Amino acid sequence: MEWGAVSSEGKEVSTILESGSQRTLSPYVTGTSVLGLKYKDGVIMAADMGGSYGSTLRYKSVERIKPIGKHTLLGASGEISDFQEILRYLDELIIYDHMWDDGNSLGPKEVHNYLNRVMYNRRNKFDPLWNSLVVGGVKNGQKYLGMVGMIGTHYEDNHVATGFGNHLARPIMRAEWREDLTFEEAVKILEKCLLVLLYRDRSAINKFQISKITEEGVTISEPYALKTNWDFSAFQNPTKGAEGSW
Amino acid sequence: MFRNQYDTDVTTWSPAGRLFQVEYAMEAVKQGSAAIGLRSATHIVLATVNKATSELSSHQKKIFKVDDHIGVAIAGLTADGRVLSRYLRNECINHSFVYESPLPISRLVVQLADKAQVCTQRSWKRPYGVGLLVAGLDETGAHLYYNCPSGNYFEFQAFAIGSRSQAAKTYLERRFDNFDKYSREELIKDGLFAIKETLQGEKLTSAICTVAIVGVGETFHIINQQTIEQVIESLDIVEDAQAADAAAESASEEPSAAQEPGAAPMELQ
Repeated sequence: MEWGAVSSEGKEVSTILESGSQRTLSPYVTGTSVLGLKYKDGVIMAADMGGSYGSTLRYKSVERIKPIGKHTLLGASGEISDFQEILRYLDELIIYDHMWDDGNSLGPKEVHNYLNRVMYNRRNKFDPLWNSLVVGGVKNGQKYLGMVGMIGTHYEDNHVATGFGNHLARPIMRAEWREDLTFEEAVKILEKCLLVLLYRDRSAINKFQISKITEEGVTISEPYALKTNWDFSAFQNPTKGAEGSW
Repeated sequence: MFRNQYDTDVTTWSPAGRLFQVEYAMEAVKQGSAAIGLRSATHIVLATVNKATSELSSHQKKIFKVDDHIGVAIAGLTADGRVLSRYLRNECINHSFVYESPLPISRLVVQLADKAQVCTQRSWKRPYGVGLLVAGLDETGAHLYYNCPSGNYFEFQAFAIGSRSQAAKTYLERRFDNFDKYSREELIKDGLFAIKETLQGEKLTSAICTVAIVGVGETFHIINQQTIEQVIESLDIVEDAQAADAAAESASEEPSAAQEPGAAPMELQ
């Protein structure tokens, strides 16, 4: 059988098979949350630019949101090298589609479903692509936003998030999302979520890119930082009430 | 068609640069009963003549649904047609499974043509003896294609294949300029009229023909017999009045149209 051996702590230990193939059993360089929501003209996505190597913030200019063809944006959290592999698969797919030159093209729905098939099939081979992907786009006036996880779980919604974003950002999005948000309103909601994640997610860094996709095309913003406030009184003498802490 | 010493193998060229086996396969298409297709900007109609071998047997199935948005009508070796329909259905369903969206017809016909081409270049295979009229939709609208045993495919506004198809083609040639603007009802009417032309005097009833339609917002389906019977009845009323003109026109047109190019039908016309 091809399963990895289990060590005494119950964590999987890497095994190299006779055939020489290795499988991803734990991620190494990872990206944290990606957020996405639908607004009036299309879809907007945000992610920070950090690539963590365990607890070290190793890389600080990682673009985790990329355009795919004319109609789609793809954002990824999780293993960065697996994201790069996915981009290579999609590149091939899009080029092949483009070469037909027949007026038909792959839209966000098709990309989402294709990625779902890839992720699920890899999971079945116990060799997952260790990513949570956000797929968004607009085609023929139809807005589309969906998510695919590393085990092939997938769904569509008006707002999605990966990783910590699921717990910290989605409650904000659920409370504040409306149909037909303007771009400025959508950015405000996202920045609110990004700020919470910045305070509370250890692997988040204060360097973000916000991307939008509309019928006209894709725009990815230059990296920028949010204003943070560490002056809260609760942060003075944080261990005041805890005897024995330092 | 005359016997040749270069016609035993599909992989043997004749000195004139022809593959006789492929051309013979195309003859098989001409022996089958007629199938016609015509399209407007939004709909495509396929119609076939159902010939039964005897009064006791059922008709040959000549129209196949390939997917919600694609259907085919065949003429020639029905067994080959059935097998190719299964291939087309498989391709469509595989695409839908991976991409959750319908396979564009323009890409399906290329795959079908490539499959047919393989059989013209292997010594252990024979060409498919069936011509397919493929009707379907993609992002750019409604399309009608003809795939022939040679591995070629062409897009048409309207076309007819099988025995006595020339009569239908002549009828369609006279009227195709307006097809783009036709409603679906007018398209069905003209389709039935074209079928009528191939019957050369035999009475057109809904029992001896099958009509199917696919269009934007309309799934591919075979139209039921009663509806067809009603359309035929409305045709008869109009037809009696036009019978005289139609007969005079086709009498002058048929001789010139009947001289089909006998040489190298595989070449692009």
